[in-house]
Amino acid sequence: MFGLSAKDTRFLLIVVFLTLATPILLQPFPETSSLAQFNAGYPDLMQKFAIFGIFAIGFNILFGLTGYLSFGHAAFLGVGSYTVVWMYKLLGYNVLPGLVLAVIISALFALLIGFISLRRSGIYFSILTLAFAQMSYNLAYSVLTPITNGETGLQVYSNDPQILMGENSPTSPHLFGLVMRDSVQVDVGGWLFTFNIGYYFCAIIAILAFYISLRIFRSPFGMMLRAIKTNQTRMNYTGLNSRPYTLAAFVISGMYAGLAGGLLASMDPLAGAERMQWTASGEVVLMTILGGAGTLMGPVLGAGFIKYCENIFSKINDGVLHGWFAFMPDGLEDFVIALIHPFVGKGWHLTLGILFMLVVIFLPGGLVEGGQRLARLFRRKRKAGGPSRKDPEHRPNPEPHVAE
Amino acid sequence: MTNSNLTRRGVLKTGAVTGAGLALPTIFTSRASAFTNEPTGSTVKFGFNVPQTGPYAEEGLDELRAQELAVEHLNGMGDGGMLQTFSSKALDGTGILGKKVEFVTGDTQTKSDAARASAKSMIEKDGVVMINGGSSSGVAVAVQGLCQEAGIIFMAGLTHSNDTTGKDRKANGFRHFFNAYMSGAALAPVLEKAYGTERRAYHLTADYTWGYTQQESIQASTEALGWQTVNNVLTPVGAGDFSSYITPVLQSGADVLILNHYGGDMVNSLTQAVQFGLRDKQVNGKNFEIVVPLYSELMAEGAGANIKGVYGSMNWNWQLQDPGTKAFVKSFGEKYGRPPSNSAHTCYVQTLLYADAVARAGSFNPCAVVEALEDFDFDGMGNGPTTYRGADHQCFKDVLVMKGAENPTTQFDVLEIVEVTPRAQVEYAPDHPMFGGAEASLGECNDGA
Repeated sequence: MFGLSAKDTRFLLIVVFLTLATPILLQPFPETSSLAQFNAGYPDLMQKFAIFGIFAIGFNILFGLTGYLSFGHAAFLGVGSYTVVWMYKLLGYNVLPGLVLAVIISALFALLIGFISLRRSGIYFSILTLAFAQMSYNLAYSVLTPITNGETGLQVYSNDPQILMGENSPTSPHLFGLVMRDSVQVDVGGWLFTFNIGYYFCAIIAILAFYISLRIFRSPFGMMLRAIKTNQTRMNYTGLNSRPYTLAAFVISGMYAGLAGGLLASMDPLAGAERMQWTASGEVVLMTILGGAGTLMGPVLGAGFIKYCENIFSKINDGVLHGWFAFMPDGLEDFVIALIHPFVGKGWHLTLGILFMLVVIFLPGGLVEGGQRLARLFRRKRKAGGPSRKDPEHRPNPEPHVAE
Repeated sequence: MTNSNLTRRGVLKTGAVTGAGLALPTIFTSRASAFTNEPTGSTVKFGFNVPQTGPYAEEGLDELRAQELAVEHLNGMGDGGMLQTFSSKALDGTGILGKKVEFVTGDTQTKSDAARASAKSMIEKDGVVMINGGSSSGVAVAVQGLCQEAGIIFMAGLTHSNDTTGKDRKANGFRHFFNAYMSGAALAPVLEKAYGTERRAYHLTADYTWGYTQQESIQASTEALGWQTVNNVLTPVGAGDFSSYITPVLQSGADVLILNHYGGDMVNSLTQAVQFGLRDKQVNGKNFEIVVPLYSELMAEGAGANIKGVYGSMNWNWQLQDPGTKAFVKSFGEKYGRPPSNSAHTCYVQTLLYADAVARAGSFNPCAVVEALEDFDFDGMGNGPTTYRGADHQCFKDVLVMKGAENPTTQFDVLEIVEVTPRAQVEYAPDHPMFGGAEASLGECNDGA
């Protein structure tokens, strides 16, 4: 179906199912239990999963396929957000014009930065993109304050023109009247599920983005990009000019980032300069490597993993810990809490760092490799021996991790 | 290549599952409430959103300490702190309206995005009715906007920019902390007394919104004294090395350097200015002076001996001698073994003020709370008689002018109070041009219903 092989169709359908069922899957604990702290099924975090999933999928088209490590993708994220908020200010709260323009503007921006940066490869390319992104961040933070509203972030004010706003238009982001913030809450015997319009909007776009990336991976163009990663010099010797291909990959991934940035502003009508900071660029690199660079699903998993840590672990404070371990005798309770304390609350970075190290050391192919190993373990038990791979089309093996 | 296998059994199964899924929402009714996060059980939840990582983490942690203390006092634990001295007696130490107060915490990372994400999770997941805290104006403005949209109350923490209750004011947001205009108005008379009216000022300003509003305010109030402004140079935030900005000051003919910096930037710029010998210089026949308009205890600690004799302003200081301050310093000191900072004080007071407003209004409905807080006069919170002005949700109270102590005895008294500038002197009209002019409006209060 959809021009995909049976295996890929099955894969896509699984992804579609997982995405649509997210509000239920992420809410495994009843509201009243003490483990409800770990529930992640609230709109903001689900939206972040989908949006950063798109961001990481796009980044993976560049990094996973061509091996060019960009350290400046956050710049496109920021450009997308600013575009959408400006469209709110000028036209009105419908997200569509903003999103379309966000993709176009980030593509132009990526074309410019890519055209210059791609004259170099390897570490020099990374440094160039980092410099451009940091430049954009500093411009947005201070010099361009009239356009970006600086540190405070760009917001919509009641005296903005908003020429397309009617009398009864919603006063927050919407798609032809479907307000992004609205959700339906369903109470099923203690479990509370929130079905949010904004999330499903992001989810549908994320599925489309995933499908396009799947097609790119399986296309001759994708093959060319992989060839660049494998040995660019040899490609050049055979008379192929590889730069148009890398530039195309760069622009495509820039468009993905712009779309993600636009979606961030569609869910929450504010664009802050920090979105462009180098830490944000670094985050998407982490997401991709953590999940598995060059794999289709990896970056999405990585994005979810990091956003989960950031939002769930940072909110566990000592009071919550005392609640959990109240059953222990006093001395032991304090000891256990003292042990856990550095890893939660303000220490969530530490937890993330340790998990990242563990993944990089033991699962160089990221979380996806972890999943594959588990699957192989089960399969081996089920049918010993037999051909390990049946693929009549003889597609190439998935690329190994780039640092290998 | 297309390949799909549809079997009868498969289709039936999928159909049944889809049908059940679609029917679910109609079987179980969705939750209905009168306003966002209406507390229905025996508890009510507050959200404390402070920077726990990043440049202002120290301040954030001190805010968190104070907020925990406030919750203890509301629930009747500890010695009650400022509840004993607060002029309103609506709170009795049994929670709020019979509900026990609980809280959740989050990390703003001093980034607007992260702060909004954290605040959203508090609203959507934990069901908080009020968010308090923060240590940056950008974050405060961003979170205030979010709370307005979501329909809960935002009690701002440390935010000094004029914009928070100026052009970005919101009906659901309240600020107890003072602002840049008040700093300027309070400092001016002291500077006049100390340095005279014939001065030439050189500004180094942090290159972002707060820096701009502070520089604008200080320039206006010093020029009203007759001072001249020689130059205003914008410096990047987190520059670390300010030497290239300080060298030109000596050649400019200025005799006062005004540092519109905060946190680590201020520590670095002040330290370097002193190391360059600026304060030992004579310019235009006068001693060269340095002014830091906004002080905090943590900055003063960081700058060490360099701060001696340098003037600045503060919202509150633990060395004040009124009963409210004494009660708060005592209970904070007993619990944490150190005096509270002024950001801790403002968060503590904000939490109590919110609780009191709910108790007086008899409802957690944000619009009722807004009504109870607007034009509310109170006393006994350490700042003397105070008013929450209804027109812009800014607190009006006395402002402290501070000076680096010449002979500090501990790390906690490196600043000394020079003057308590009376409230009348720092007041302004709600439509003041520095606060968004006549265009700025609070908008309608939103309860999320």
